[in-house]
Amino acid sequence: MTAPLLELAGLTVDITTEDGGTRTLLDGIDLSLAPGEALGLVGESGSGKSMTMRAVTRLLPRGAAVSGAVRYDGAEVLAMDAGALRRYRDREVGLVFQDPRAHVNPTRRIGAFLIEALVRNRGVGKREALARAAAVLAEVGIDDPQRRLRQYPHEVSGGMLQRVMIASVLLAEPRLILADEPTTALDVTIQREVVGILDRLRRERGMGMVFITHDLDLALAVCGRVAVMYAGRIVELRSADTLHERAAHPYTLGLLGSRPSIDERAQRLTAIPGRPVSAFESGPGCAFAPRCGFATAQCETTPPALAEFDDGLVRCSRVEEIHAARTEATA
Amino acid sequence: MNRTKKLWQRANTTLGRSGMLAGGFLLVVLLAAVLAPLVAPADPNQSSLLDSYAGPSGAHLLGADGIGRDLLSRLIFGARTSLLGPALVVGVSLLLGIPLALLASWYGGWVDGVIARVFDLVYALPGLLLAVLTVALFGPGLTPAVVALSIAYIPFLARIVRAAARQQRVSPYVDALAVQGFGVLRITVRHILRNIVPVVVGQAAIAFGYALLDLASLSYLGLAVQAPTPDWGVMVSDSDALLKGYWLQVLAPGVLIVLTVLALTVVGARISGEKPPGYLRRRRPAGAALKDRAENDRTPVGAAA
Repeated sequence: MTAPLLELAGLTVDITTEDGGTRTLLDGIDLSLAPGEALGLVGESGSGKSMTMRAVTRLLPRGAAVSGAVRYDGAEVLAMDAGALRRYRDREVGLVFQDPRAHVNPTRRIGAFLIEALVRNRGVGKREALARAAAVLAEVGIDDPQRRLRQYPHEVSGGMLQRVMIASVLLAEPRLILADEPTTALDVTIQREVVGILDRLRRERGMGMVFITHDLDLALAVCGRVAVMYAGRIVELRSADTLHERAAHPYTLGLLGSRPSIDERAQRLTAIPGRPVSAFESGPGCAFAPRCGFATAQCETTPPALAEFDDGLVRCSRVEEIHAARTEATA
Repeated sequence: MNRTKKLWQRANTTLGRSGMLAGGFLLVVLLAAVLAPLVAPADPNQSSLLDSYAGPSGAHLLGADGIGRDLLSRLIFGARTSLLGPALVVGVSLLLGIPLALLASWYGGWVDGVIARVFDLVYALPGLLLAVLTVALFGPGLTPAVVALSIAYIPFLARIVRAAARQQRVSPYVDALAVQGFGVLRITVRHILRNIVPVVVGQAAIAFGYALLDLASLSYLGLAVQAPTPDWGVMVSDSDALLKGYWLQVLAPGVLIVLTVLALTVVGARISGEKPPGYLRRRRPAGAALKDRAENDRTPVGAAA
């Protein structure tokens, strides 16, 4: 196996609240991403997906305490000084945000937004930078790039602006893209287009990508491996090919079961009972136990470890039994 | 031609009717000050005892003062010192206040705490008192008065800048810029400051008015601009003329001070996005009310997230 591009080891983020208490947002995340690989990070709101991404770029809220390691290409990101951090953010990683409208300075033209990094951080001439920006806009499927460059963010649609966002990431030519729910704010047809563009360009340029979404199917479609997160921990890490058929964690099974199906008509969708909890709300045992149909008394008290199962990793103490029961049922 | 028209339209929508009127007045005053030697009918310091307390006439449009100096010319030349002083005060305060405010808003935490408390402390000192104290220490003159007022005006400007910048600081686009690899200076100056320019300019215009008033007060007390330099504040203090019944001598510069301050306040408020109060707005047919409300709901650029 080649050396990983990005490696998270025991990444833990605690945040001190105003009343002086500590809340754990991420609890011992271990992940690695090979160069050119696409990894999906799936989970409900508050499961720590975005926090993981923010930790990778050291974009954490005030008062957050980080422990563990974030290694990019062998370098420890958490220990970088200001200069190294800026170089790393500028050249190595690119972020695609969920809501492009909020993440672009509304008072500057799209052209100015796109070329700023090139001109300021790379010393590219303005004319040359604009030409490159126009070329990349064409690449993400935007017609008449010259006109778009002169427009303000509020003059274009959300889908268009998200493509502009992707273009800005591509211009920096990073080796790692972090896409944080890049299509959640868009409607479904545009969503397909944007994901397609992201996927195609990633393959063409051999960039690594962490794709964060709450849409399991979307993650399975664009990623080689998928990590399912719950309450600040990874509960299942599997290759996308096998996750569908051989999901093992009860939470993943719940997610898969809650999707509408094309073949079966008019059935009520199965929901996971209860509501998602954050890492700091969970008890001493398995965080999913209160909502889990398979939970036993032991699940409530003893936290399960992330253990190898099938071709991946699963965090469930009853995984063998559940798997056996399921195979029996289908056989 | 087209460009001028566009500029006019833009100014019109930003300032509104009262703002345009105020702006026009300020423009006239400014032009008079700059072109004083060209537009003033006479030398402001040329005395002629024959014309002592002459009433308005063809020779002296507004009359002449106790030693026969042309009043209109003194008003026009007086605009120079009367505007230069406040301009310096506001300029220096902004120069010192903006970096401090940006620093406080960017780093937050204890940095913000210390800077904000220092602002509060200076804010609590009356500017005039500080100026009088400085003059007592360094002697009367425009320079000590301007220096003292500049310091006193820092919080007035910087507190607003800090608040507006803080609002920008927590906007997602600032985070996005940070992960693009831009440094503090770039983000705060080229993005945050740029986006709050309307707020800064508006507040600066209001501060300019106050500073003009303060300097006029100091000149009136004989602590800032010294006779015979023409200055509105000094002219208002010409109690001799008042006692002898030549009220125009005192009234004219007084009215100019009031009008200039008023105009600055109006323009400042419009630029920072404040809508004119209802009684200044034209009465409109009932159908226009809806459109009006939509307009009121609009947030000014500076306040947009």
